[in-house]
Parts: sequence; structure tokens; C-alpha cells
Amino acid sequence: MSGDARGGTTGTRAAGHEAAHGHPTVGVYLRIAAVLVVLTVLEVGVFYVPAFHPVLVPTLLVLSAVKFTLVVLFYMHLRSDSRFFSFLFGAPLMLAAVVLVALLLLFFGALTLRGASGGG
Amino acid sequence: MTHAAAATHRTSMGLDSRKMAFWAFIGSECLLFGSLISTYLVYKGRSVVGPYPHEILNIPFTSVSTFDLLMSSLMMVLALAAVQRGDMKWGKIWLFSTALLGLVFLGGQVIEFTEFVHKGLTIGTNLFGCTFFVLTGTHGAHVTVGVLWLLTLWVRALQGKLGPANAMTVEITGLYWHFVDVVWIVIFTVVYLIQ
Repeated sequence: MSGDARGGTTGTRAAGHEAAHGHPTVGVYLRIAAVLVVLTVLEVGVFYVPAFHPVLVPTLLVLSAVKFTLVVLFYMHLRSDSRFFSFLFGAPLMLAAVVLVALLLLFFGALTLRGASGGG
Repeated sequence: MTHAAAATHRTSMGLDSRKMAFWAFIGSECLLFGSLISTYLVYKGRSVVGPYPHEILNIPFTSVSTFDLLMSSLMMVLALAAVQRGDMKWGKIWLFSTALLGLVFLGGQVIEFTEFVHKGLTIGTNLFGCTFFVLTGTHGAHVTVGVLWLLTLWVRALQGKLGPANAMTVEITGLYWHFVDVVWIVIFTVVYLIQ
């Protein structure tokens, strides 16, 4: 990365330090940032293109999940760190997701059932 | 930090205890934001009076804020990489840039909230206003804490008290900052784009 090169550190030395920490290189960080920007542009683009509206929700959820995963794996280093950290993060995340889905089913399922039975 | 001092931070699993504690904290934060996002979704579309989301949310403006926060995450990893290799000149620049982008995000949120209040949406107007302000306000409070934390690190770096030996401190700050970023990734999709 040019900024770091101007900072007086050679790419080889930087890569050596990053490899020693098990973290991605600056080049990988920049590529991930580029992918994140492209995915964000896609998200906003999909929102404005009427042709995508029938599949808007699943498309946006997939794009969001990809961005989330990239940041967690590469910027938060879960890809290279201990799996125990992945467990500490992943288990509550899964629990939160289950609670979310359960609440949505509970509330919107109840609405659907009331609607089907003709009740208010 | 000396090797002896570093060893005192190791758990029996050989992992850094501060990092382990912080991942556990982030796990608890997942539950906090999970509950707030669930509440927003459960009450979505149930407001009996306006303003409604599609009438008030400004997607282009929030897209810029999202881009800003994504770039702040990039600055944060560049700061960590610089500190790890002992390049404190760039470490300081990237740390300050991260805090600055965080401040820009917060400025955007202040503008957005002010505009919403002027358009008649407050926390007490309807279910949308209540869940929206609680969710995005809690996120904004986290960003504020992150900015203060980053500025503290930057000042310590200016004082010469931050170096490669403290790289773990920067890494843990980074974990917090990236978590705030991933929460926004979800909020941007769930609240702003899926209306």
C-alpha cells in the first residue's frame, strides 16, 4: 500500500510482521475493503432497480450476510484466530438469530392464524 | 510489554485473556443488538400514525454514512498493521483517521435525527419512531464510545506510550470498532433498505 510504503516500511518487512501475527496482509485488507464497497453499491443499486423488487429481501439479506462475514473473518481475524473466539462470537450470534426468527414466527404467525380464522 | 508480562495475560488455553474476555463481551453485545433488531422487526409496519419509514428514510444520505463506516474499518486494520510492525507514524495517522470517520458518521446521525424530529418523528410518535431511535441511538452510543477509545489511543500514541508491545490493545479496540461496523451492516439492510 502506497501510504505505508511512504511511511518507510518495505512490503516484505510488513508482510513478515503480519505473518508473525497470523493476520492478513495490508493488500488483503485493501482487497476486502474494495469488495465491501462493491457489495454496498450493489445493495443500494438493487434497492433502486424495480426489476429486483420481487427478490429484493433475499438479495439484500445475502449481500448483507456476505459483508458481515468478510468483516468478521478478515478484519476481526476470526479466520486465522483461535476457534474458541469463533465459538464465543458464533454461539451468541446464533442464539440471537434463533430468538429473532422465533419472535417473528410468534408475532407474524399469530397474525396469519387470526387472519385465517377471520378474527380481529 | 515484557514476555513475562505477556505470559500473565495467557489463559490455560494459551489464549490472551483480554482478547477472550473481549470476544465474550462482543458475544453479549450480539444478544443486545439481536433483541433490539428483533423488536424493530416485530413492530415493523404496525405504526397507526405517520411518519412511516418509506416517507422519511433518506437512502442516499445513509449510504454515504455506511461507506464512511466501512472505510473507518479499513483505517482501523491499517492502524493495527502499522502498530504491529512498529510504524508508529502511520499508526497514529490511521488511528486518527478512524476516529475522524467515526465522528463524521456521528455527525451524519445527528443531522438525520434532527431532520426526522423536524418532520415530526420522535421517539414517542409511533412504534417506528420508538424502535428506530432506540436501535440506531444505541448503535450511535457505541460509535461514540469507540471514537473516545480511539482518540485515547491516538493521544497515547502521540505521547509515545503506544508501540508494538501494545499491539493487543489496538487489536481489541479494533474488534470493538469492527463489531460496531458489522452491526451497522445489519441495521442498514434491515432498517433502511428493507422497508
